Amino acid sequence: MKKVYADEKWCLGCGLCNVYCRTCHSETNDIVKAHNFEEPRPKSRLHVETGEKVNFALQCRHCDDPKCVTACITGAMQKDPDTGLVTNDTDRCVGCWTCVLACPFGAIVRDEDAGKVAAKCDLCVKSGEPECVKHCPNNALKFEDRE
Amino acid sequence: MNYVIIGNSAAAVGCIEGLRKNDTKASITVISDEVHHVYSRPLISYYLAGTVTHENMVYRKADFYEKMNVKTMLGSKATAIDAKKKAVTLENGETVGYDKLLIATGSSAFVPPIDGLDKQNNVFTFLKYDSALDIEKLIDKDAKVVIVGAGLIGLKAAEGLAPVSGSVHVVEMADRVLPMILDEQGAAPVQAKMQENGVTFHLGITAQKVVDKDRVEKVVLKDGTEIACDVLVMAVGVRPNVAEAMAAGVKANRGILVDENMRTNVDDIYAAGDVTEAVDVTTGEHKIMALWPNAYLQGRAAAYDMCSAEHDFDGVFPMNAVGFFGLPIITAGVQDGEDMQVLSTGENGESKRFIVKDDILVGMILVGDVDRAGIYTYLMSEKIPLSTLTKKLTDDDFGLMAFEEEQRNERLSS
Repeated sequence: MKKVYADEKWCLGCGLCNVYCRTCHSETNDIVKAHNFEEPRPKSRLHVETGEKVNFALQCRHCDDPKCVTACITGAMQKDPDTGLVTNDTDRCVGCWTCVLACPFGAIVRDEDAGKVAAKCDLCVKSGEPECVKHCPNNALKFEDRE
Repeated sequence: MNYVIIGNSAAAVGCIEGLRKNDTKASITVISDEVHHVYSRPLISYYLAGTVTHENMVYRKADFYEKMNVKTMLGSKATAIDAKKKAVTLENGETVGYDKLLIATGSSAFVPPIDGLDKQNNVFTFLKYDSALDIEKLIDKDAKVVIVGAGLIGLKAAEGLAPVSGSVHVVEMADRVLPMILDEQGAAPVQAKMQENGVTFHLGITAQKVVDKDRVEKVVLKDGTEIACDVLVMAVGVRPNVAEAMAAGVKANRGILVDENMRTNVDDIYAAGDVTEAVDVTTGEHKIMALWPNAYLQGRAAAYDMCSAEHDFDGVFPMNAVGFFGLPIITAGVQDGEDMQVLSTGENGESKRFIVKDDILVGMILVGDVDRAGIYTYLMSEKIPLSTLTKKLTDDDFGLMAFEEEQRNERLSS
């Protein structure tokens, strides 16, 4: 499946991916409202790690055998057998954070504001192409099928 | 091929999904003494609190058995297993033959002897949906709840019942809450959080007797303290349901002994979930690891072995995520032991404690700040030498950046 891959050699650690991820996962789809006004405040679903020499952005790897899915106590976290997308049904998620305990990448975000649910990368199914990739100023994120 | 599963919870679902990945045609039968469609056991406290609806109690959707082509015999208790004839006998006398059998019978609440405690109609355990439905009938905003036991089950009961009842008193023999998974540093903020939300604790003391005969009106503690009671929840511990298996010659200590493929000592009989004692891959010891994610993985591992299919199963070790009134807790591995080093950090009710042995992370207790905990879990399961990391576990910004470049890039490109 197509996934988002980070290339740490080119990442500036600027955090624009976070900005557009948050906007894409807002109700208003407005960059200013999403960051400064909308309640509950939408969350970015990726982690930007910055270091002295390298930086990278990390989001859900949509694993073949996702540990978050096998660990989920409610059945809210599922992998779509057709698309490979790992999604969380927020109506059924109770925010127990077993997925946070299980994900070896630390990719799942705790969204306490939106009713205590696990938030994660959905590859921006809503807009077609992942916003983090679209807006990365240095092409440090690629949306590719490498399998 | 004819597969039979006794039990209908996480291990059973793991087994069903594992079987169907490898065998779309075989017959699968699920036998359970519970009548419900497969539901999420840990959600019964959420149901009582009113935060999860009856519809959302299901662990798999309503069409699960149909889609998986599983025959269900719900509300039927398996009373005997005949390993020679390869058949399971039900309470009504019916027998169900099998080629391969999974015992996933879970555990039952252990109720300690307390003076006067009989079968009063307001005494409950807190493991099954039916218990929650029974408790629900007696709960209103004036109901006085007493819970004996401040382990995971007792405290989840307290959290669920506090918002909908008049009072909740928890009695615990140990000197702190969650004594099996938390040290004092971790337990204090949990207790404080629960007290803020109206739960009263009686720690370091036991319940001596209950009064009266038909209905428990009050619980009397060892020091003479009397607690008025409308609903009594007994949550001191659980015992694996091993009787039928043992009678069939399956070896068990407290739980059924299984190997890394969930095989018991009896041919074609497997066991998974809370009923088992399996190998803890971090210590190599057999132990009961009665936790939901482990049960699912064990059930699935059994399925792959039943089908003689290749399976990438890393084994299990104790790990748990739980929260009380919004305070999250994650624990894994061991709490302490010989030759172990403890690294800890945190204040104001947020704390991280790491237990390290011979350069390997073997345990953790995270309270309050649990973000990215799975990276630590990964270090534990993969036994990655901590000296190869470029950051300390206790660093605020601990993440994948801590891994060496090659390992990090391998992770990023997965």
